[in-house]
Amino acid sequence: MDKPIRAGRRQLLQGAAGLAAAGLAAPAVHAQGAVTLRYVGTAVNQHAGIKEKVRQDLGITLEYIPVTSDDVVRRAVTQPNSLDILDAEYWMLKKIIPSGNLMGMDATRIKLVDEISTVFTKGEVAGKKIGDQGTAPIKVSYLPARDAKTFATGQTQWLTLIPTTYNADTLGIRPDRVGRPIESWAELLNPEFKGKASILNIPSIGIMDAAMAVEAMGRHKYADKGNMTRAEIDLTMRVLTEAKRAGQFRAFWKDFNESVNLMASGETVIQSMWSPAVTAVRSRGIPCTYQPLKEGYRAWAAGFGLPKTLSGRKLDAAYDFINWFLSGWAGAFLNRQGYYSAVLSTAQKSMEAYEWDFWMMGKPAAQDIKAPDGTVMEKAGSVRDGGSFDARMGAVACWNAVMDENDYMVRKWNEFIAA
Amino acid sequence: MSSSPPDRRPVAPLLQAAPLALVLLLFFVFPLLATAVVSLWNYTEYSLVPDVTQRNYVEMFEGCSNMGEGLCTTFRTYLSTLRLCAMVWAFTTLFGFAISYFLAFHVRSDTMRMVLFLVCTAPFLTSNVIRMISWLPLLGREGVVNQFLVGTGLVDQPQDWLLFSDFSVVLAFVHLYTLFVTVPVFNSMMRIDRRLLEAAQDAGASGWQTLWHVVIPLTKPGLVIGSIFVIVLVMGDFVTIGVMGGQQIASIGKVIQVQMSYLQFPAAAAQAVVLLGLVLLVIAVMTRLIDIRREL
Repeated sequence: MDKPIRAGRRQLLQGAAGLAAAGLAAPAVHAQGAVTLRYVGTAVNQHAGIKEKVRQDLGITLEYIPVTSDDVVRRAVTQPNSLDILDAEYWMLKKIIPSGNLMGMDATRIKLVDEISTVFTKGEVAGKKIGDQGTAPIKVSYLPARDAKTFATGQTQWLTLIPTTYNADTLGIRPDRVGRPIESWAELLNPEFKGKASILNIPSIGIMDAAMAVEAMGRHKYADKGNMTRAEIDLTMRVLTEAKRAGQFRAFWKDFNESVNLMASGETVIQSMWSPAVTAVRSRGIPCTYQPLKEGYRAWAAGFGLPKTLSGRKLDAAYDFINWFLSGWAGAFLNRQGYYSAVLSTAQKSMEAYEWDFWMMGKPAAQDIKAPDGTVMEKAGSVRDGGSFDARMGAVACWNAVMDENDYMVRKWNEFIAA
Repeated sequence: MSSSPPDRRPVAPLLQAAPLALVLLLFFVFPLLATAVVSLWNYTEYSLVPDVTQRNYVEMFEGCSNMGEGLCTTFRTYLSTLRLCAMVWAFTTLFGFAISYFLAFHVRSDTMRMVLFLVCTAPFLTSNVIRMISWLPLLGREGVVNQFLVGTGLVDQPQDWLLFSDFSVVLAFVHLYTLFVTVPVFNSMMRIDRRLLEAAQDAGASGWQTLWHVVIPLTKPGLVIGSIFVIVLVMGDFVTIGVMGGQQIASIGKVIQVQMSYLQFPAAAAQAVVLLGLVLLVIAVMTRLIDIRREL
């Protein structure tokens, strides 16, 4: 019954995540027989193509266990023995690390550790600091020791997650219905769009989108939108409740398809949205823009973690897999979906120049941009909304987060829905 | 067990009842008890702490004693859920009764009756989610109904109250759950001795009097069973209310679901216990009014 939070990102990518049997010819290195790794995560990275390539290149069988993002946390906290590789989002670490179920990954065993994007290692893009409000990866990327239950303040040898994908989220708009330039998050609560706006009904993300709007309206300046005080939560929810009572919102959405339907059917013209949902609306021939806004983006990031119980050959295999993941093929695969990969230098080598120029450099597409299944995603000449990697990730304002006052926030959110 | 001495209590009936009792114990009583116990636990972001605390109940009813600032969240949520429940119950009962009455007393042939009865199950031929989503192109701002209304000049501009409103939620529920009333009511009606209706007619009763004094009293068990189905289903729902209400209408089911997704199991358990208590109370009142066992 539980709807997956990131269903959106998954829909486009979902491969046959079946439990294929492992009757494979292992290379000599793995002469002891095939290793199977149980891979728990939202299906965003669980693509059949990756699984097949891993089997060919490493002789490792991935057993995909797709679950909702709520269940990723639940599994990691309550059943760490049921998995070998955890594909988690960075904000989840604030819940998972205190449970002591993840090990710090040894940086010396990650070959390309120095090549990992500075978004994660320094909190910078192209030498410039980016927004670190919320659970910015830089705050939770390192542990002081292998078995630590708290985060390190600077870079250490022990990594919590090795990043897989990340991206910057913003508002989606229907340019044909809005009819004028949209430049600020404040437009989300602009009465001009009364009855035609929507935000997502996932409290921890919805409240951050609301906070972006509240700040843009000049009602309040947050010290940290991803970690509000009770007074700030009250204020944000009061603004939202006023807007709701005034009929600002047509509906709230919880699921990828809902957001696509709302936008495509014209019920809403401006709403919080995820990148693949915008693509889905556009693929129906309906104009939709993933609008860059002057206040910046709300970003998210995901990565691989290893449960503390992992040891021996399985641990070796897990490191092999992670090293392979960073070595280019998988990175290119994910970049082509519009996500960003951890090690960009190797991904670039695995991509065509025109693909790299479109996805990463923000240049007009020299030829049609195709999805892995061959369907045309963007026609030649189009430009990615928001532009280049540096422009998009460089303009990140805050990160998906778990607040210290999370309990209180969830209660207030329920109050808002009931209002 | 014929070898058992006659003065002892017979073992056979107990043994015969044992499998079902065991299944109920394991899959019904035990989970309920577990829910009740967990509702007294404490919790943090990442763990459940076995404890005996009133925290979950206290937080649930926070601000409920102070009526000055309007109702507290929990009361408002229950009120919203109960209001929907009452509307859905009224419509499903009305429609369910009318459909059953037509099937039982107006359709003469058994074959026709079966065919029409199967037609009633048509809403269940598609999945719950698809059925709900398909209302969108019908009732939406640019949907078929609005295009018709605007096209014929009945209204000046598209009507927003058709979708993501109480109206659409009740519509979807009635569409879904009328069958749950129709089936037991139809069953009760088919068991009514037709001679009673003739007797009523012979005694000079009008059609309405026959309906009120003969048919309705004899279909009460069916009505009660149908009502229990509808009330239980609507009180615990969060999917239909969520999708059709645009996630803007509060329901207890939704609150529980949100708490579950944030690992606040004890808080969700406390909500579930209160909800269970309330639903049981409603059912107790209904069965007190009509003794289903005797009527069956």
